[in-house]
Amino acid sequence: MFYRQAGDFKTSYRGDIQTFPLKQDRIGYYLVLAIAFLVVPFLLNDYWVSAVILPFLIFAIAALGLNILTGYCGQVSLGTGGFMAVGAYACYKLMTAFPEMNMFVVVLGSGIVTAAVGLLFGIPSLRIKGFYLAVATLAAQFFLVWLFNKVPWFYNYSASGQINAPERLMMGFAITGPNASPAARYLFCLVILVALAVVARNLTRGRVGRSWMAIRDMDIAAEIIGVNPLKTKLSAFAVSSFFVGVAGALFFSVYLGAVEVTEAFGINQSFLVLFMIIIGGLGSIFGSFAGAAFLVLMPVLLKNIMVGGLGWPTDIAAHIEFIIVGGLIVLFLIAEPHGLAQLWRIAKEKLLLWPFPH
Amino acid sequence: MVSRSDARAVDPGSELLRVDNISLSFGGVKALTDVSFDILRGEVRAIIGPNGAGKSSMLNVINGFYHPQEGEVWFAGEKRRNPKPHNIAYQGIARTFQNIALFKGMSTLDNIMTGRFTHMNQNLLMQALWRGPAEREEIANREKAEEIIDFLEIQAIRKTPVGRLPYGLQKRVELGRALAAEPELLLLDEPMAGMNVEEKEDMSRFILDVKDEFGTTIALIEHDMGVVMDISDRVVVLDYGKKIGDGTPQQVRSDQTVIDAYLGVAHDE
Repeated sequence: MFYRQAGDFKTSYRGDIQTFPLKQDRIGYYLVLAIAFLVVPFLLNDYWVSAVILPFLIFAIAALGLNILTGYCGQVSLGTGGFMAVGAYACYKLMTAFPEMNMFVVVLGSGIVTAAVGLLFGIPSLRIKGFYLAVATLAAQFFLVWLFNKVPWFYNYSASGQINAPERLMMGFAITGPNASPAARYLFCLVILVALAVVARNLTRGRVGRSWMAIRDMDIAAEIIGVNPLKTKLSAFAVSSFFVGVAGALFFSVYLGAVEVTEAFGINQSFLVLFMIIIGGLGSIFGSFAGAAFLVLMPVLLKNIMVGGLGWPTDIAAHIEFIIVGGLIVLFLIAEPHGLAQLWRIAKEKLLLWPFPH
Repeated sequence: MVSRSDARAVDPGSELLRVDNISLSFGGVKALTDVSFDILRGEVRAIIGPNGAGKSSMLNVINGFYHPQEGEVWFAGEKRRNPKPHNIAYQGIARTFQNIALFKGMSTLDNIMTGRFTHMNQNLLMQALWRGPAEREEIANREKAEEIIDFLEIQAIRKTPVGRLPYGLQKRVELGRALAAEPELLLLDEPMAGMNVEEKEDMSRFILDVKDEFGTTIALIEHDMGVVMDISDRVVVLDYGKKIGDGTPQQVRSDQTVIDAYLGVAHDE
């Protein structure tokens, strides 16, 4: 089985602009989808879903969102955790205020609320750039977390200050609350992730995506072409926050079930998602997935090797894990600044010639 | 080739752009002082002058990056009121830059497709759905972009990231991006800077072809006098922010003030 583009001719522009122009890529994509939807749900157990799969799916959504803002539009944001919190609290308020509301609608609504908040915090981006914008979004991070701690209305005046996801059904299966089965939670998140990934791809390959990249690469030339910088940056902030908000809503309702805002949506979360897109590859949809997989899987893998395999004490293993993951990030930035997506591209280019390079 | 609306070709030789008594200063530095000239439809209008004469400032005024303290800009018969650069793109003015200002992270094709921005208007939601109007719009504009690619003979580098291209080709892609907007007025800021003779000949040919085939009016800044004299219909000469000459290449060439500005004046006692 050779990976080739020879003979795969395009006779229409439609054929040329599709997401996977190579037939082999297309087959691979549908195969992955089929396995994810039809096979994986039957193999899941609680440990895998809680430790690996759900965090991967949810962080992939957040990484897609941040990649739209930072990777495609070039606006650095450190407010991801705060925006995830907005999504989570919007989700909680919607779930408790409208108990009958379909969970898809709730999650969509949480995204829209977050998009509006993101729009607001995106306004300074017209005047400030680079590191200064990062600091401005850092302010959003701390302000939002403070707000959700300070105003009891957000957590419905509960004594603990926590928010808890009540049980909600989807087609007869519980997807939130203590009785939710691993497969149901997985499928719910998977459907949303796949839909949003397609949306992200569509947005970034067309007119809107090109205007984002134009602002990122050369804002003056973009303006000359007719791109309105304010509108373009704000649309990136809104779309990005929508994704991040959806991720926050799922993180709270489907994954954790109960959330204390400082713990779940602190600055660590912002950095984690930022590392994901840097390691995965800025300005790449695939990179968002790869980065999320890397940073979710790597700690679990290391822990299993050190604690499970070598029998080391947990606390030492936890510290070594930090050292290794941190070291890998640094190594990555030095060896391949364009991330896993670039490695993937290089591998594919090599594979096109393999095993006859001449 | 790229089809033009008939209205544009209606009246070749009529006034397309006029700047009246433009004065522009930054703090105490006067970049332009009382400059007036016009650009007629269908002509190649060169703006020349020694370094620091205010040529690029003039283009930036026409582009809307700078708003002059005094004077008026008239475009297509209407007086402009301090518009933003992105509004000016919609009025039909496109431009290339002295230092290449391509979108480095994008392919040649994407750069040129970005040039079609003003001709596309599907909103976010339609883009997110893709199937339907957004895709149709994309394909229709892709056809236009491919016409530009054919015209500039850059088919082979269609999918190459522009950062990897040699300098001459990058200049050509930048011209393509400006052309993709189907502008009425095309501003070229030193399109031939840093090129060798062959590349200059190619670029000159493209500029003349743009004028003939698309009917685009062209204003260019250029330092290569041979090129300027060959391809331009009329020349305006700036020096120290003032207009010191205006006319056909022959007139300008024999103008004593212009010669003095370029060669220097002998100061005797």
